[in-house]
Amino acid sequence: MSAPVPPVTEGPPPTVAVRRPRTLRWRELVTSVAALFLALFVGALLMVFSDPAVASQFAYLFTAPALPLGAAWVKVSTAYSALFIGAVGSPAALVETAAQSAALICAGLGVGLGFRAGLFNIGAQGQAIWGATIAAWIGFTFQLPYGIHMLVAVLGGVLGGAIWGGIAGFLKAKAGAHEVIVTIMMNYIAAGLMAWLLTTAAFQRPGRTDPIAPEVFPTAALPSLFFGRLHLGFLFALLAAAGVWWLLERSTIGFAIRAVGANPAAAATAGMSVARTTITTMTLAGALAGLAGLMSTLAPGSGFDPVPVPLTIGIVGTVGFDAITVALLGRSRPLGTVFAGLLFGALHAGGLAMQSLAKTPFTLTTVLQALIVLFVAAPALVSTLLPFLKQRKAPAVAAALPAGASK
Amino acid sequence: MSTTTIPPAGPQAPLSATQHYVESAQKRRSRLSIGALIVAVGLLLVYLAFSTSGEAHFALSNVFDEVQLPTISVPGLPVVVTTAVLCLLAGAGFLSGRLRNRMPALAGTVGGLAFLIGFLTWGAAGRDLPFPVSNQLAGTLSVATPLILGALAGILCERSGVVNVAIEGQFLAAAFSAAVVGSLTRSIPIALISAMLTGVVMSALLALFSIKYLVDQVVLGVVLNLLASGLTGFLFDQLVQPNSATLNRSPIMEPIRIPLLADIPFFGPIFFSQTILAYLAAVCVAVVWFLLFRTTWGLRVRAVGEHPKAADTVGINVYAIRWSAVLTAGLFAGLGGAFFTIGSTGAFVKDMTVGNGFIALAALIMGRWHPIWATVMALFFGFVTQMASQLQTLSTPVPSQFLLLLPYVATIVAVAGLIGRTRAPAADGTPYVK
Repeated sequence: MSAPVPPVTEGPPPTVAVRRPRTLRWRELVTSVAALFLALFVGALLMVFSDPAVASQFAYLFTAPALPLGAAWVKVSTAYSALFIGAVGSPAALVETAAQSAALICAGLGVGLGFRAGLFNIGAQGQAIWGATIAAWIGFTFQLPYGIHMLVAVLGGVLGGAIWGGIAGFLKAKAGAHEVIVTIMMNYIAAGLMAWLLTTAAFQRPGRTDPIAPEVFPTAALPSLFFGRLHLGFLFALLAAAGVWWLLERSTIGFAIRAVGANPAAAATAGMSVARTTITTMTLAGALAGLAGLMSTLAPGSGFDPVPVPLTIGIVGTVGFDAITVALLGRSRPLGTVFAGLLFGALHAGGLAMQSLAKTPFTLTTVLQALIVLFVAAPALVSTLLPFLKQRKAPAVAAALPAGASK
Repeated sequence: MSTTTIPPAGPQAPLSATQHYVESAQKRRSRLSIGALIVAVGLLLVYLAFSTSGEAHFALSNVFDEVQLPTISVPGLPVVVTTAVLCLLAGAGFLSGRLRNRMPALAGTVGGLAFLIGFLTWGAAGRDLPFPVSNQLAGTLSVATPLILGALAGILCERSGVVNVAIEGQFLAAAFSAAVVGSLTRSIPIALISAMLTGVVMSALLALFSIKYLVDQVVLGVVLNLLASGLTGFLFDQLVQPNSATLNRSPIMEPIRIPLLADIPFFGPIFFSQTILAYLAAVCVAVVWFLLFRTTWGLRVRAVGEHPKAADTVGINVYAIRWSAVLTAGLFAGLGGAFFTIGSTGAFVKDMTVGNGFIALAALIMGRWHPIWATVMALFFGFVTQMASQLQTLSTPVPSQFLLLLPYVATIVAVAGLIGRTRAPAADGTPYVK
């Protein structure tokens, strides 16, 4: 279960060894852009052929080709222009994209960190749930001054996620429990415990019978930076990305994480503690996912009056699962994760606009998300489909390519 | 893998008290963790004994069964206390390290059974309604059916060296196609076949991208799950929901009573009055076991999954074997997916498989990539799930949310405490490049 790990060649200075040739990074970018367009193309086909009104026009494809092609063009262009405008078409749209991507970036960094240590952490969802729950609890239970309250709530949420991730790491390191099983089960347990907490006196809003918590005090809310929706969390996400970069590339812990991910047996032989690295990685991953989760309860909501949304059962959505695709697309590297998070944040923001303006189901963005990652992960397929991207024979580059691209 | 440790030094002669028994560190750790687990469970029972009162009733047959068996009543407190003592003794036996030969297995069984009986007695004690034992077992089979089929699909893939994280996506796509095709044709067999074909198509994607395009298989699995969720969700929103009367109202599978066998008291209604899918699942377990361990093809699949280069050297076509294994797996995953629509309400709902594919994955890892053990693990999960929902109807003092968590907690405990480190097929997840 090795995750995308940069090819570490032998040679003492590791930071030099992982630096890849310039042409390769350029090719990666081209492949990623090509993957985006291929995904949009397949999405367009899907839209056209699943709409009975448009698909039925294709009976006239040979007699009156303008009819079906025109209908298809109208359908696809309406949907995609709504998607585009909703994602980047106006300052408000850009703000929405940034707000959507903040949580994705944080959780994606957490999952990516796990990948770098060779751990497949599916548990970001459960860790995010604890982040949201604890941050909200601190937010509506205590009354503290501005600034301090927010910091305490954020720290509480981060700690909640870290503990939940750390438990999974501990079970993996000490009892040998497979991290995939443990994190899946812990997602369910976190969701169940949250549902239970919302029925207790400490969490349920007085006078309500449905599972909803009181509103968070304004002192605990993440302050808005711009246009209401763009909040401090986005800054946190960028800082987290920088922090993860420093951790992975410049710190001893990060070196151990990468070494364990590349080859645990070799790392153990070299004197690193695989168990301790596993626990540390999962704790950090949990902390990042917790940071992502708390944004759903502390960040300003999307309504006219941007106040945080009160804690309910489904509040974190699917951020933990989306984070996996973000980390995959970002190839588990901090900068890549930021861009991947922004892209999927844009897809989410645009998808909402597409649903309301073009009457195209939001689920299309899920398809697009999957296709983008699929095409990016299969560069060989992209260059088969788009022959003009085919790489000229360059042995130096081919040797440095990861296994996924060598055929 | 904790069972295949280095054998103790010296011949395995009967050990006298004076001889020193050499125990590997791994074996010792596993013995201690199992012992601690059983002791903890015993202490839990002691704690529960304080809240036990009255009699516990266990109904052996359903109200509708032809042969009515008596309802067993046991006094609550003595039974819980006895089982607690048994658990503590078994756990102490493990911790002492003096158990030899068959004794550990015996102590483990005693501990497990005692906990089960004690826990059920505590749950049922003092309630008016009896605990329905036959419902419990029949429900176990029904919950476990898709898990077994999914785990079999995963085993076939992973034994050939292709990690299958996409069982969830296969389930979802197959469930969707079964519902739509079933609604259109009003025929269960055709719906089942379409579900199987959908499973194979998903498998073909898995094989194509992992074997031909060498995509990281875990990445691929996640992506395929997302793709299945997105595609079924999109088609559902766009096509099915507006026409749900014609596209999402499939006939459902009725339980099939096997004549004579179904009339056996107690066992009949449990084992021989199930849907066709449950019977198929049982057959599939045997088929997969036979294929893997008794045919040339199975030997090749295992060889390719452990050491593809060696297999290639002796003339086995690694790619062909992997393709065939992954495609065959699709049949089973498709059958499992059909359970969620035509095996229950006949209607598709977005993301309705709610993680069952991942639980099947857990069952196959816990079952150490072996069809029989994976089935046992799926049954274990089914048992706990069904028990939780049965206890809910008895209104036990535990909040119902906690009971719903029981299967997941039990799985973690089983993975961390009992099973420990597992070893996947050696080439699992590594693409083969000639």
